Amino acid sequence: MSTLQHAARIAWKDLRIELRSKEIIFTMMFFGGLLAVIYSYVFPTNLDMIKLAVPGMLWVTIAFAGTIGLSRAFDRERENDTMRALLLAPIPRISVFLGKAVAIAVLVLLVALVIVPMLVLLLDVPLFDNPGPLLISLLLGAIGFAVIGSVFSAALIKVRSRDVLLPVIIYPLLVPLFMAGTSITAGLLAGDSEKVGFWMGFLGLYDAAFLVVSLWIFESMVIE
Amino acid sequence: MSRYAAPLFALLGAIGFAVTIWMIFTDTPLQFSWQPNERHVVLATGSGSLFFNQKIFFWHVPHAIMLFLAVGVAGVSSIGFLTKRNPKWDDVALASVEVAVAFGAVTLLTGMIWAKAAWGHWWIWEKRLTMSLLLWMTLVGYTIVRRFAGASGERIAAAMAVFAMIGVPFIYTMVGAGDNHPQAGSEGNVATLNADMRPAFWSSMVTFLCWFLALVITRVQSARMQREVRELREKGLDAGVLE
Repeated sequence: MSTLQHAARIAWKDLRIELRSKEIIFTMMFFGGLLAVIYSYVFPTNLDMIKLAVPGMLWVTIAFAGTIGLSRAFDRERENDTMRALLLAPIPRISVFLGKAVAIAVLVLLVALVIVPMLVLLLDVPLFDNPGPLLISLLLGAIGFAVIGSVFSAALIKVRSRDVLLPVIIYPLLVPLFMAGTSITAGLLAGDSEKVGFWMGFLGLYDAAFLVVSLWIFESMVIE
Repeated sequence: MSRYAAPLFALLGAIGFAVTIWMIFTDTPLQFSWQPNERHVVLATGSGSLFFNQKIFFWHVPHAIMLFLAVGVAGVSSIGFLTKRNPKWDDVALASVEVAVAFGAVTLLTGMIWAKAAWGHWWIWEKRLTMSLLLWMTLVGYTIVRRFAGASGERIAAAMAVFAMIGVPFIYTMVGAGDNHPQAGSEGNVATLNADMRPAFWSSMVTFLCWFLALVITRVQSARMQREVRELREKGLDAGVLE
């Protein structure tokens, strides 16, 4: 079997566990919805102002809910000490990394797909006017988040204060991603296609660069 | 690395410091201002002169250049550490990140003092300010990880340094076209700096490079000693000599 098939198998294993327990999906989605409710009363409800604030709300929610999902997904491997089993398996380490990253990207994307309708419903913003570009930006954002998050979560698995350190490590590195994401969403709301195009390219390039480095770095990060 | 290197660079830095201060306040023109609409530092004729506030330039720019130099050194030596697994590389990365945190703090603080005088605001979300701040925060995160992540902290921190290095161009592009940061010389080329500022500027650069090297070398040596003590202790424990 090829590297990608192994990766797909690991990703499917993670998603199947999740489909059975539904633990991460439910908690992440509920947390995301909760944040949307909080936003709708801590920010001014004036439509013009909310239009400027909504891109930030969307991507901050993805960051927070994503971090919860990330640490839980790797906690599961730690509790049963299955990370070692995965690393001992006669498959390339890259497959392990890709499988975990794909599973997390799917979870983050699912949360994003819940939070967007919530924001539309509660705050009455026209996010659904351009569903295609919005979906692509969410997909690219989820991939970038999952790639960087997986590298560091896997390395933090043995560290005691991992839950505190994870955001400290990944948020500064993810700032360009969230900046691009909010700019795309803001561009879509303002109907500025040039801005959307630029940031979409930026986001794609960022994902590609960090994916390549992560593929190279993952192997040396998880040596026991 | 000889054991005289760090004291030598420290001595050079100390001499250079005195010389630079002298040059900054005697050799360089005082009537100097930055007009909001101009990209270059020019000799001023009109109002809005910064007078002594401009002198901070001679500290700010060398520190900023050392900050980026240190990030480059840390990123490259972290790549070396992750591929070769030789802890010597890690000592260099740790030393340059810690020194970079100090130099970055000076860059940000001097920049803020200057910005208050020139722009009227302590902070503006401008391209280079944002880039320096984010980079600095990543480096602070690096030192936090080194301190609290235990044994696997070395590798995690090394990965952070590598990612921080690749992230620099992205952060630079991110903050948009609004690069209205004052440029030293035309188009940011320091070689074209005004002739009467050049001696003080280069003397300051050499001074802070010496200071930077002295700090990094000292920190590399102390990191190496810490590691050796740790290894010896483990050896002693294994041999049953130590309790």
